[in-house]
Amino acid sequence: MSSCSFRVRIALNLKGLDYEYKAINLFKNEQSHPEYLKMNPIGYVPALVDGDIVLADSFAIILYLEEKHPQHPLLPRDLAKKAINYQVANIVASSIQPLLALPVMNYIGENVGEDAKIQWVYKHAAKGFAAALEILLKDHAGKYATGDEIYLADLFLAPQIISLKERFNFDMRLPSTIQVV
Amino acid sequence: MEEENQAMKLYSHPMSSCSRRVRLALYLKGLKYECINITGVGDPELLKVNPMGYVPALVDGTTVVSDSYAILLYLEEKYPQHALLPQDIIKKSINYQAASIVSSSIQPLQNTTLVHYIGELVSPDEKLPWAQNHIRKGFVALEKLLANHAGKYATGDEIYLADLYLTFQLDNAINRFKLDMTEFPLLLKLYKVYCQTPSIQQIFAESSQQQIDKSLFNFTKPQEA
Repeated sequence: MSSCSFRVRIALNLKGLDYEYKAINLFKNEQSHPEYLKMNPIGYVPALVDGDIVLADSFAIILYLEEKHPQHPLLPRDLAKKAINYQVANIVASSIQPLLALPVMNYIGENVGEDAKIQWVYKHAAKGFAAALEILLKDHAGKYATGDEIYLADLFLAPQIISLKERFNFDMRLPSTIQVV
Repeated sequence: MEEENQAMKLYSHPMSSCSRRVRLALYLKGLKYECINITGVGDPELLKVNPMGYVPALVDGTTVVSDSYAILLYLEEKYPQHALLPQDIIKKSINYQAASIVSSSIQPLQNTTLVHYIGELVSPDEKLPWAQNHIRKGFVALEKLLANHAGKYATGDEIYLADLYLTFQLDNAINRFKLDMTEFPLLLKLYKVYCQTPSIQQIFAESSQQQIDKSLFNFTKPQEA
């Protein structure tokens, strides 16, 4: 369910890495269960366990995978294009996703009202950031967000686009048609 | 004004934690740049260069990079002196995680624009509890993340990416939002070290001076307390 987890799963699949998937239900607050916290004291989802190493945070996990398993690179070599990918990833990870997270949406629902949730989503996902992404990608998009290969930007965009559609029926229109892997 | 090489430009706001992280990185790497303080949201000079209108935004020749995390990773690759990431992949990951906790879980939820919006949407009395709540949640995570890795600084005895994020977030938490730091002894200890570190003192001093020098549009709307 979590778009953050989805990002990591795309990366693992693209790189052909085997992994055991353990679902943590955020709606049931399973990330706070003692068993999960023992393994991952931070309590965030997703968390990757690679031997002795436990990593939480999708951006950190993906950069770790990129360094440790360089097959099917998720970043272009060209530094300017790489920077575009970092920017897209962080617009999604910092400016969109956190504002739509469950605790925030529950707060809006409880303190303002259920109808306010949709307005909140439109204000934060639509006006600012979809517009920003469209400007940013205008000169770079190809078949995918930053060219003709799937890169980091796509890993962040695709789950966010899907999540916005499924949770809030919001269509994030971007210049390229992002092919969902 | 003749310039031999095209110097970098940074569009910045003196008190923005996102801008200050980048300024600290530029300072540590010994990079010269022109610091252009933007006067407000929708600044036309900024929009010309960066249509998205975000600060910080770095102009390096023909390349424009906005978003502090993207700028920092860009700088790290292009100007590797005074590395901001340790070589060790685990310690490097701790830095990425710490940076992400601040940039995704804390900063966006306590930035002035959003806090002001919560004040309008819910109630002005809710602004401080909202900000403190989200900062506290992030700090709980950071305190645990860094427990086994901190040295003099967050992930060892050198200033790395994590410290760039923590310094200014802690400054906001303690000075702007008056967060009770009792639960966070490690973070408080780090903050005290940051305040004693000359490079960081330099950025704090510059920010204060820039804030005084220009009568800058402060992102808070006039009505905000």
